Amino acid sequence: MRWLLFKDLRILRRSPLLVALLVLYPLVVALLVGVALSSGPSKPKVAFANLVPPDEATISVGGRRLDAATYASELFDAVDAIRVDSRAEAIAKVRSGEALGALVIPPDVIDRLQATLSLAGGEPPTVEVYYSAENPLKRRYVEATIDATLADANKALSNEIFSEAASYLNLIVAGGSLSLPVVGEVDILGLRNARAIVDAAITGLPDDSSARAALEQVSRFAGLAADNLNVSKPILASISTPITVQERSLSGSDTSLDVFGVEVAVVISLMNVALLLAAGMLALEREEHVFGRLVRGLVTRTGLLVEKIALAGSCAWALASVMLAILVAFLDLGWSRTPAWLAALALAAVAFAALGAAIGGVTRDVRAASLLAFMLALPIAALALVPSGAVDGTLYDAIRIVSGAFPFKPSLTALDAGLSGGSLVTPLAHLAALTVAFTALARLALRRFR
Amino acid sequence: MAAPRTDALPALRVEALSKSYGDRRALQDVSFIAAPGELIAIIGPNGAGKTTLLQILGGALVATSGTVSLDRDDVGWVPQQPAVYSKLSVRENLWLFARLEKVGDVEATVNRMLDQTGLGDRAGDPLGELSGGNRQRVNVAVGLLGDPAVLLLDEPSSSLDPRQRARLWDFIATLAREQGTTVVYSTHNVAEAERYADRLLVLADGELLFTGTPAELERATGEHDATDFEGAFVRFLRSRGH
Repeated sequence: MRWLLFKDLRILRRSPLLVALLVLYPLVVALLVGVALSSGPSKPKVAFANLVPPDEATISVGGRRLDAATYASELFDAVDAIRVDSRAEAIAKVRSGEALGALVIPPDVIDRLQATLSLAGGEPPTVEVYYSAENPLKRRYVEATIDATLADANKALSNEIFSEAASYLNLIVAGGSLSLPVVGEVDILGLRNARAIVDAAITGLPDDSSARAALEQVSRFAGLAADNLNVSKPILASISTPITVQERSLSGSDTSLDVFGVEVAVVISLMNVALLLAAGMLALEREEHVFGRLVRGLVTRTGLLVEKIALAGSCAWALASVMLAILVAFLDLGWSRTPAWLAALALAAVAFAALGAAIGGVTRDVRAASLLAFMLALPIAALALVPSGAVDGTLYDAIRIVSGAFPFKPSLTALDAGLSGGSLVTPLAHLAALTVAFTALARLALRRFR
Repeated sequence: MAAPRTDALPALRVEALSKSYGDRRALQDVSFIAAPGELIAIIGPNGAGKTTLLQILGGALVATSGTVSLDRDDVGWVPQQPAVYSKLSVRENLWLFARLEKVGDVEATVNRMLDQTGLGDRAGDPLGELSGGNRQRVNVAVGLLGDPAVLLLDEPSSSLDPRQRARLWDFIATLAREQGTTVVYSTHNVAEAERYADRLLVLADGELLFTGTPAELERATGEHDATDFEGAFVRFLRSRGH
């Protein structure tokens, strides 16, 4: 078998374009994924037209004046804003493709906000958002970014309003001084002080005084009102954030999106190399009409299969290991789990190579084998990435069964366990079972040929 | 061409060989003997069983009944299409198959084959760059690496032009003459069978209709026309109901 292996390596060496593609493809993918993940997502370019006159950009909440520009800065943290002076200019930026979207703050927004806060009624303040419908993905991205940013701005504003309302409640409950325009400083007695005064007055009354019962009623009301208004502050606070989220992962690992991206990139590259090499090199034996000569006693069919799986598995494993090592270095994931992810990649490479051999076993030439390998690889990867809950339950069960019958999903699970510290036993056993099954299928397929 | 050593022990003895695929009988009680150094051509119409007979002799197929006197190791197999690697050179192909055949002295065997094929000066050229005739020479040489007693060739000249065919047959005839290798080949080219074979096996519908020299086949038709052996062959088949 070693002479066949030697021969295959020599043939590969004489196919520089193929080898260059097989080596460079995963390395380039690794570099791209590494750079993309380590540099983080870029901000979308959004045209921003603030049509509010600069001297009218403040709102009054109680006795305080708030600058709307403070809340607009929330927006600039999330997007790359292109400042323009008019609505038409903002729309033109979107149409020309210079900006992915446009946010227009109409001139009346401050007046409307002020009216809403002072309970004067009227239309609520509205900002205008324009998207390009050229690309639904792009539109969704900008829409989500602007929606999230506006939600943050709304929350910041509501926090300010809550803070102001809470100070009024304090004044009503505990008393103090309030500064009012025109009138100036005004002393507020407060409910607690009022109750103390009433209680003192009751103490000075004769027991049979007819006013005692009425004053006791006022004292009780003042106490009750002070207590309940105090309690209303946390209730008011909950309005700005009515629901808080507590996240707990019930299954799978707590892998970050970055690491998951790395895992997918590595497994896709490993799959492509192993499938194409195993399928192509086995099909080559028939394309060159050598298969019949080989199996006429020089090599057994099983030996030939094992040689192709070993060749493709070793090459895919080596390339995927280099690729993952580059990504581990880029993302600073640490090297302590290296033996575990090397083992995961090894089993994954062998399982994909066995699948490739099965593909090579049913095709008669290299082109057909390569085409079939590609046609099979894409849906296998896509199905394995469908998350539960994204589709109907029955359909998901079917997808899960199909994904489980191919090495992509277990390879991803094994690599995730290898990188994140989960248990490798189940995914490696799964991959080993698939290796045996696809080798048996390939062996059956080879029975047809002489 | 030197006569085969018919006085020696037979190199190949085939007795009552039959092969069935379900109800269809691909070969029916075929028996013949081949002497060392003899060139035997198997001719017949399409579906006659020529390739089936060669495959059974070569060990690629198992007969339903009957016996073949040779082990697979004593047989060299040369498929119709050159079964060699086009990305490897002539020497590398011979070296690889010599390794797989587990021949004793690989280098000496490869050099001998390069001499015999006359391709010593092109030993480093990739097979893909050789002419069809030269590729077929390497194909035959690979079949001879194990120094077999019998060489089986399945339509070896079907894809060659007349000049390449003549060179190939000279090469094969020389091998048979100098090494005493028995050569059994199938062909559709009746003129080629007449010209190069010592003996003919005529198969039709799996049945061996005739075994003898080309001249004996012509005589069997009752007419003799030295310029039209193909016509004689067709008349023979018709006379036997094929």
